[in-house]
Amino acid sequence: MNAPINIAGLLKKTKDVFRFHGGVHPPENKAQSTQLPIGKLPMPEKLVLPLRQHIGNIPKIKVAIGDHVLKGQLIAEAEGAVSAAIHAPTSGVISAIGEAIIPHPSGLPDHCITITTDGKESWAERYPQDWRNADITTLIGSLRLSGIVGLGGATFPTQIKLGSGKAAIHTLIINAAECEPYITCDDMLMREYHAEIVHGITIVQRLIGASNIIIGIEDNKPEAIKAMRAATTNTAIQVKMVPTLYPSGDARRLVHLVLGQEVPHDKRSTEVGIQVFNVATVLALYRYFEFGEPALSRVVSMTGNVKQPQNFEVLFGTPLVDLVKAAGGAKADTSNFIMGGPMMGFNLPSDNVPITKAANCIIAASPTLFEPPPPAMPCIRCARCADACPVNLQPQELYWFAKSDNFEKAHEYNLFDCIECGACSYVCPSDIPLVQYYRYAKSEIIALDKAKEAADIARERNEFRLARIEREKQERAAKHAARAQGAKSTEAPNESPAVTDKQAAIAAAIARAKAQKTSDEAAAPKNISNISDATKAEIAEIDARRAAAGLTEQVTNRQPNVDDKDKQAKIAAAIARAKAQKAEANASTVSKDVPAKQPVIDAEKQAKIDAAIERAKTLKSAAATPPTNDLNAKPVADLEKQAKIEAAIARAKAQKAAALKAKEDQSKE
Amino acid sequence: MLIALYIMLGLALLLGAVLGYAALKFKVEGDPLIARIDAILPQTQCGQCGYPGCKPYATAIANGEADINQCPPGGDEGVHALADLMGMEYKPLNAEHGETKPKAVAFIEEDLCIGCTLCIQACPVDAILGAAKHMHTIVASECTGCELCVAPCPVDCITMETIEETPDNWKWKYPTIPIKPVINL
Repeated sequence: MNAPINIAGLLKKTKDVFRFHGGVHPPENKAQSTQLPIGKLPMPEKLVLPLRQHIGNIPKIKVAIGDHVLKGQLIAEAEGAVSAAIHAPTSGVISAIGEAIIPHPSGLPDHCITITTDGKESWAERYPQDWRNADITTLIGSLRLSGIVGLGGATFPTQIKLGSGKAAIHTLIINAAECEPYITCDDMLMREYHAEIVHGITIVQRLIGASNIIIGIEDNKPEAIKAMRAATTNTAIQVKMVPTLYPSGDARRLVHLVLGQEVPHDKRSTEVGIQVFNVATVLALYRYFEFGEPALSRVVSMTGNVKQPQNFEVLFGTPLVDLVKAAGGAKADTSNFIMGGPMMGFNLPSDNVPITKAANCIIAASPTLFEPPPPAMPCIRCARCADACPVNLQPQELYWFAKSDNFEKAHEYNLFDCIECGACSYVCPSDIPLVQYYRYAKSEIIALDKAKEAADIARERNEFRLARIEREKQERAAKHAARAQGAKSTEAPNESPAVTDKQAAIAAAIARAKAQKTSDEAAAPKNISNISDATKAEIAEIDARRAAAGLTEQVTNRQPNVDDKDKQAKIAAAIARAKAQKAEANASTVSKDVPAKQPVIDAEKQAKIDAAIERAKTLKSAAATPPTNDLNAKPVADLEKQAKIEAAIARAKAQKAAALKAKEDQSKE
Repeated sequence: MLIALYIMLGLALLLGAVLGYAALKFKVEGDPLIARIDAILPQTQCGQCGYPGCKPYATAIANGEADINQCPPGGDEGVHALADLMGMEYKPLNAEHGETKPKAVAFIEEDLCIGCTLCIQACPVDAILGAAKHMHTIVASECTGCELCVAPCPVDCITMETIEETPDNWKWKYPTIPIKPVINL
């Protein structure tokens, strides 16, 4: 980095922390849930594991109903680049795979795996890794099986954050700000697991190669700061106390707080050499590498309107009711439950939802705890929201655009930089639910973009189809034209067109047979070129019998090569045509006293028989090809069509010849 | 006096040449209006408007042959957008061309499919996979929900399935203020 020396920057560097724009300071309400240490829950009877617990593709289920699973066993595997695995949080039996209510603002059901626990906690094989010495790429690669996601609430798969490796990371920031009111899970983690967290930080440092490590903790957690400071003495890790100001826990805000550097809005922090990890994620990484334990549980703050607010180590999939029960039960006037904090959280659809990787805090809400918002009044353009916005947006403008469905304009005003922190709604004197408008506008814009993309694909596909139809039409026309041309050129210079036509056809058939023979000696019998008519007829007859008897010899021989079948079918058809013509020619030259119709009928019959044989053969070969293999389906269909066309041509020619003969006879008589 | 005239004449010639050159150099291929109308249309290619696809309908609108309210899949929003673009008055959808339905995709009951390929020929976006005498299936992600494959099916094995709301495609709703009933004395 050889950036020009920045005097202001140098001056800034002397400061310890750097205030970001805006922010609010709502009542903290953190003391309630820090009275007791992290508790444990009795083993729930059932664990419901939603497949969608992270950002990205839903993982692929690897178990079936009735399977017995062990604690830590992989039950769903990461699918695609951005995805996270899911493991059985305890041993038990898979009792259901299907739709169940998930903790999502929509309240809609989604795919879940349900485990009926057996209470034995029998572990699957664990694979601890030597994270101090092992190869870094192997370590990062193995994270795909860990199921670890960002536990701060964003739930972004951790292996991607560690493995992106585009720019060299020089600074690692551990996010322990925990700025939202009520939430204390990271606070309690640092108080109780500071040594493990420091190990975890060392692992991450080794994996991304950062030299500068800063833990950012809000100054309202003195015990956690003390614990972390004690644990990090004699290490390169810095513990920085940041002022309590919501939303200091947002990754970009924290980067600004501890480094005085703003991450460009259209870039990720990794692109400027900074990586931010949540403190709970770091602990999960330590447990994975040191003990081989995948992501099975997390610490959740159960607080608000419950008898004994406390933090609990909760297995993923534990029903919320069990957690509420462990916290002494909800008080009588509890109206609903909020997942996340009061600023950014959302109402849960019921108390029967499972705890997922994203659940850092559950607040039992009551009308006394959270007064129902008064009806929104008109915007008075006071711009307090703009003063409070930590992202330097113009919330009032965004509100007007979102309200009037002017999405294009909202997009232009950088709606997608909004972190939905709720600071604007918090300060709004008119009590306008601003964030709701932004969420509405964002999801509408995303839906419109998707629809546009789908329309573009549909347009492209439709245009391609029309072009293809046009091309096929032209090709067919060109083929017809060529055929007509060919017929004319052979007809023109001869006195007896019928005979030369036949001769030409025979010659063509022979030429084709020869070409086929030279190109593929093995496929065709070698002895058919100069044999008598009788023998040929015999061969045809044998072929027919064979086909009728369902002898598989030719089918098995020819099956592997569709081209062979195609060629042979063509040859057979050509032979049939040639025979028909020859027989017809014989009839016309030989017989004046022989009944005239006889040979004609013979020729016709022969052609028909041959055509039938041909059809039988192709049908059989079509039937013999495996029906499940779609790749074969088209060639077979083509081959069949081809054979039918050839047979039809042969028949038509025979009929034509017969008609001609009859005419000649008539005129002679 | 004469000099001024020459200058003006020279300028006129020069600018004319520049404009002529620009007209050739920056020539716009095709009719941009048709493309802009086509961009508004939903590309369902269903033909409910009476034209064989979205592009022909866009062309007809551009030529003033068709009205702007003939596209049920585009819905009211589509008509509004077309009215804006064309500088016309909004008018409600013409009921003759059908009504707006929730988005759906075709579904083939694969046990019943006889492999006749009629639906494949009907599909305007090649979203049906199959071959003669082999089972067909819909590529759901490419299906526009035009329903053109439903009618040709000789065994009625194609149905239209409305796309359900899932956590994946769920959208935040427009904030509304709950209205409490007040007793009227």
